[in-house]
Amino acid sequence: MHSRSKLLMLAVIASGLIAAYICIGSYWDFNYIIPSRIRKIAAIILTGCAIAFSSLIFQTITNNRILTPNVLGLDSLYLMIQTAVVFAMGAKTLTIMQSHVNFVVSLVAMVLFSAILFHLILRRGRQNIYFLLLIGMIFGTLFGSFTSFMQMLIDPNEFQVLQDKMFASFNNVNVHLLWVSFVLVVLCGLYYLRFAKFMDVMLLGRDQAVNLGVDYNRVVRHLLLIVVVLVSVSTALVGPITFLGLLVVNVAYQFFDTYRHIILIPGAMLISVVFLAGGQLLVERVFQFSVPLSVIINFAGGIYFIYLLLKESRAW
Amino acid sequence: MKKRYLVPLLAVLSIISIFIGAENIRPADMLHLSREQTEILLASRLPRLISIIIAGMGMSICGLVMQQLTRNKFVSPTTAGTMDCARLGILVAIILFSAASPLIKIAVAFCFALAGTLLFMKILGRIKWNDTIFIPLVGLMFGNIVSSVSTFFAYKYDLVQSLSSWLQGDFSGVLKGKYEMLYLAVPAVLVAYVFANRFTVAGMGEDFAKNLGLNYKQVVNLGLVLVALITSATVLTVGTIPFLGLIIPNIVSIYRGDHMKKSITVTALLGAVFLLFCDILGRIVIYPYEVPISLTAGIIGSGIFVYLLLRRHAYA
Repeated sequence: MHSRSKLLMLAVIASGLIAAYICIGSYWDFNYIIPSRIRKIAAIILTGCAIAFSSLIFQTITNNRILTPNVLGLDSLYLMIQTAVVFAMGAKTLTIMQSHVNFVVSLVAMVLFSAILFHLILRRGRQNIYFLLLIGMIFGTLFGSFTSFMQMLIDPNEFQVLQDKMFASFNNVNVHLLWVSFVLVVLCGLYYLRFAKFMDVMLLGRDQAVNLGVDYNRVVRHLLLIVVVLVSVSTALVGPITFLGLLVVNVAYQFFDTYRHIILIPGAMLISVVFLAGGQLLVERVFQFSVPLSVIINFAGGIYFIYLLLKESRAW
Repeated sequence: MKKRYLVPLLAVLSIISIFIGAENIRPADMLHLSREQTEILLASRLPRLISIIIAGMGMSICGLVMQQLTRNKFVSPTTAGTMDCARLGILVAIILFSAASPLIKIAVAFCFALAGTLLFMKILGRIKWNDTIFIPLVGLMFGNIVSSVSTFFAYKYDLVQSLSSWLQGDFSGVLKGKYEMLYLAVPAVLVAYVFANRFTVAGMGEDFAKNLGLNYKQVVNLGLVLVALITSATVLTVGTIPFLGLIIPNIVSIYRGDHMKKSITVTALLGAVFLLFCDILGRIVIYPYEVPISLTAGIIGSGIFVYLLLRRHAYA
């Protein structure tokens, strides 16, 4: 099958799932059920695309297929902020607190943290991107220590409120924030267009790319910034979905059997929407499962990761 | 970094550790202890001291053995997912046998830790591209994935908060009758002493070791069993202590080189001193309350780890 027809097929499946999600069991209630579902599905599409997009760029920059942007420690930072709010001011604050404030604070903290990290490490001249990631991950572990310290002290009833924040949820997404996030993601996409032409060359690795005339360090810095903004937006909007990106990018590589980003990017996005919308449909309507979708996706993505490492004959 | 400085230091810190706590016991009271004070000493202070020393020695030796066997300075129970696997094991034991005795818990945790470490070794074998920094990154990813599996089950059984409190390394819960499982680590440490020379030879690489007449597979497997045993005993009784097994062997190897027979004693002593220091610090910072050890050790440890990484960079 041609790549283009594969894309078309995915698009059809994705829209079918979206339509099914919105319509099935809606009683055609245009006052409440359908608008609320449209809001939910919009959040799914937005975060799904942002995560797929950022993971694909990230794996191209780092030149391997087993890392996700979460190694930068952003998820842990987000969880630490949420926990700190509950810890310091009580669960009520997190519920009452304007979701705008929470969104902005989390977003700014994550972007600022990464910007400082990049500045400190990548400006040191001889940059090694894995070094950056390892430092990010150490910070992640450190944030995790703080988080579990605070979580241990939190009253179990208040913890329930926090627990909702710990796992991505597409319910109760604020419409205004959805628009803000949409704008930010689109801006990232437009900014990315400046570098789109380098992507296939970047995939060849640093030495080859430099040899072919790419200003490697500059491009990597800009792309990393795009990745961070995308991940931060989606995390601040719905919460952390760590391994979704890993899953969809690898499935996209296998399904399309190409290395061209112009096909992989829309492909990965569509696969991501299919997974999320389909998963949500199954979880909500079929299984009526008590476990949130993001936990299941992390579980499945994790297992898939180990499978990838052990089964593929390719050396990483 | 000599034994003759470390031993007195350990002794001094141990004495300090015995006399710090919410209940005031002064050294002068030692001669005429009241019943209550004797009780506190025997039931809480001494077990705590003993467990810190065992855990400190055990975890640093774990790190040393792992670093020898994988021939990578940045591998340790934290950066190879061993701790996460042990935690998953404890969770599984609690879910499957709700009234599990500590012995069953440790047996299951041990199996998981061993399986996890074996899996990690297998993954390492797959990574042809041996970048020193890349390997801990993969290990941390692996650990994250294992903990996302734990989260999945914890969520289903409503144990998320309990899970995060086990994650917390904390010696305040160490009381007589609740920590004795940790003694299982002692024979493991002794075996590591006996086999130190063989681990050193194994660290020279498979071909070389076989050439010298070493049963390579057997020594590696023994090492992994020791690591799994010590780690699961520590996680079960104390909780996870980040970075301990990573930084101590690294600091020692800067001064002492890689001959394990020469460095193992100093590593063990320094591990105990470091952990004891972190514990005392955590106990006096917000006296009479205390900060858990995973936080103090996490902050100091990650600082030292970053320093080691930068240092490696400078002399690379």
